[in-house]
Amino acid sequence: MIRKLTLSAIAATALLMAGMAQAQEAATPAIPDVPFSFDGPFGTYDQHQLQRGLQVYTEVCSACHGLDLVAMRTLGDPGGPHLSQDQVKAYAAAFPVNDTASNPQFLDSSGNPRKLIPSDHFPSNNSMGAPDLSVMAKARAAFHGPYKLGINQLIHGIGGPQYIVALLTGFTDKTKNLAGSTVYQNHIFPGGWIRMPPPLAAGQVTFADGSPNDLKSEAEDVAAFLMWAAEPHMDARKHAGFDAVFLLVILTSLLYLTNKRIWADVKGKKKADA
Amino acid sequence: MAGIPHDHYEPKSGIEKWLHERLKIVSLVYDTLMIPTPKNLNWWWIWGIVLAFCLGLQIITGIILAMHYTPNTSMAFSSVEHIMRDVNGGYFIRYLHMNGATLFFLAVYIHIFRGLFYGSYKAPREVTWIVGMLIYLLMMATAFMGYVLPWGQMSYWGATVITGLFGAIPGIGPHIQTWLLGGPSVSNATLNRFFSLHYLLPFIIAGLVIVHIWAFHSTGNNNPTGVEVRRGSKEEAEKDTLPFWPYFVLKDLFALGIVVTIFFAIVGFMPNYFGSPDNYIMADSLKTPPSIEPEWYFLPFYAILRAFTQDVWVVQLAHWVTFGIVDAKFFGVLAMFGAIAVLALVPWLDTSTVRSGRFRPSFKWWFRLLVVDFLVLMWCGSQFPTALIGWISLIAATYWFAYFLVILPLLGVLERPLPTPATIEEDFNAHYGTGGAAHPAE
Repeated sequence: MIRKLTLSAIAATALLMAGMAQAQEAATPAIPDVPFSFDGPFGTYDQHQLQRGLQVYTEVCSACHGLDLVAMRTLGDPGGPHLSQDQVKAYAAAFPVNDTASNPQFLDSSGNPRKLIPSDHFPSNNSMGAPDLSVMAKARAAFHGPYKLGINQLIHGIGGPQYIVALLTGFTDKTKNLAGSTVYQNHIFPGGWIRMPPPLAAGQVTFADGSPNDLKSEAEDVAAFLMWAAEPHMDARKHAGFDAVFLLVILTSLLYLTNKRIWADVKGKKKADA
Repeated sequence: MAGIPHDHYEPKSGIEKWLHERLKIVSLVYDTLMIPTPKNLNWWWIWGIVLAFCLGLQIITGIILAMHYTPNTSMAFSSVEHIMRDVNGGYFIRYLHMNGATLFFLAVYIHIFRGLFYGSYKAPREVTWIVGMLIYLLMMATAFMGYVLPWGQMSYWGATVITGLFGAIPGIGPHIQTWLLGGPSVSNATLNRFFSLHYLLPFIIAGLVIVHIWAFHSTGNNNPTGVEVRRGSKEEAEKDTLPFWPYFVLKDLFALGIVVTIFFAIVGFMPNYFGSPDNYIMADSLKTPPSIEPEWYFLPFYAILRAFTQDVWVVQLAHWVTFGIVDAKFFGVLAMFGAIAVLALVPWLDTSTVRSGRFRPSFKWWFRLLVVDFLVLMWCGSQFPTALIGWISLIAATYWFAYFLVILPLLGVLERPLPTPATIEEDFNAHYGTGGAAHPAE
């Protein structure tokens, strides 16, 4: 009875929404779904891609963007870029503190930046007013539809990394002057104009393993790295989720059989549905 | 309990007798677990145990989160990230808590609509209903304050908008708002008191849950026919009922198993699906997000709040009649709280003598429309408020009130209900054979 009711409710709602296509006016162009290794319930991070993305962040993004929620030591964690202990130490020691005003914890007694160690976090960077990227990949969505129900996120994911790829590759050549500063046209960015100049260009970063370094590959690598920065335990979480579902399916099956057995004497045989 | 005749606990061994003379705790547990329960309860009756699970889950995960969380505006956001990154298993506990709220509200809405369809609110179960409504109100308050704690953009601006509703009360409103916030705007004082109350209220909810269960153990459960259990003798009652243990405990646990399996799949594989990406941006009092949207479980009431704008004639009438005291904003607030109030008052608004919607042919359709109405309102609440959305919200909000204030009172008089079965046993036997091998043909 209520079964039918639920179905009719869903059907009616769907019909109503179908009749109102014009209510949903897409202001920004649709963001393409970039396939990532970590898509879906069983997807995991590609360690090599994360390392390439780390390189892009280090050589390009870190000039203006901080990453201050991420500890350097986590670069060595399994399920992440998984650098060796020595690599992490060397990486931390070589990382420059660009914005000393925002990072007093990294200054020695004479006011000079000290060398970073693995237990330090990445420095903040407010020198250009650029947002911190620590959780950026979770703070943006690429997919909202249909009718802002977000149902397509079930298929594509929420789309933070896809948004980042689209933004990095979405610049046109146009600029304009806005209140004394230059802004750059990018249709992916809300409003269409962004203060960030096109940060990445094809061939800008050279990867040691000879991986492709066209603009799209670089953007995808850094988007994957930023997804890891935002969700460093994704692999472990999915694993735990799988274990939980596996055990719960067994438990539920046993409960089903127990329940059936207990009720068998009371119910007898079910009659043909009246 | 329940006025239904049944066997009571009898202490047998020496130690049982010794304890029973001093504390009747085993007796209490026995009578609670062995309560005679209508044997025809269907699968819509399993959401109570899901709700009990949710409350337990939220309290346990919440206590662990509170060990690592810092209620300070400069540290709250990064302390949540500390939980996500550095605390052992912290990411899973936090996602359980976050999605636990979604499961909690999904379950409570199904539970409430089940009660609305089968007339579970009708005499003699009004107190159960009212206590349930109090729990629902406290749940909303708790969820709202909990959402502020991560100190993201939606936390901050959601708190600003919702406390602003109290500011719309004429005269004393702004003072109430200041008092709630602990200052002129959402600040550190607000975050601290919300944390304190978010920790306190679940325990009040737990107390009310005991009262809720106590109340329906006093009256006995409703059931899909709405026909009462026969209470003439123990034999008669046993034809209509089965003890809660083991029959319904096992059935409920099986159903809970299915629900929790899906729940863990969501937590494990798509934990941010029900959240807003904006809440991963730290609160900034200088940057208002382009659209401030509450969590999904508040959307229907949010849509009702927004439906009553200045150009609606009822609003203009109220404005004129009250000499301007009730403006559009205050009217919206009244409508939103009124929408919950009519729900709470439904035991006295429904005039039909037949309890279950199963035997009310026209009621059934009005009820279905109410469910659709609720979903439409939910969708409207999530949309950017255009003129079209405004119209749909207004129509849907009007139906919500009409259902409780006009349709239910009139239907009891106008509708001709179908004959109800004489007993629960009769209904049960219409679906199942009576006792397996003994009656093979039936």
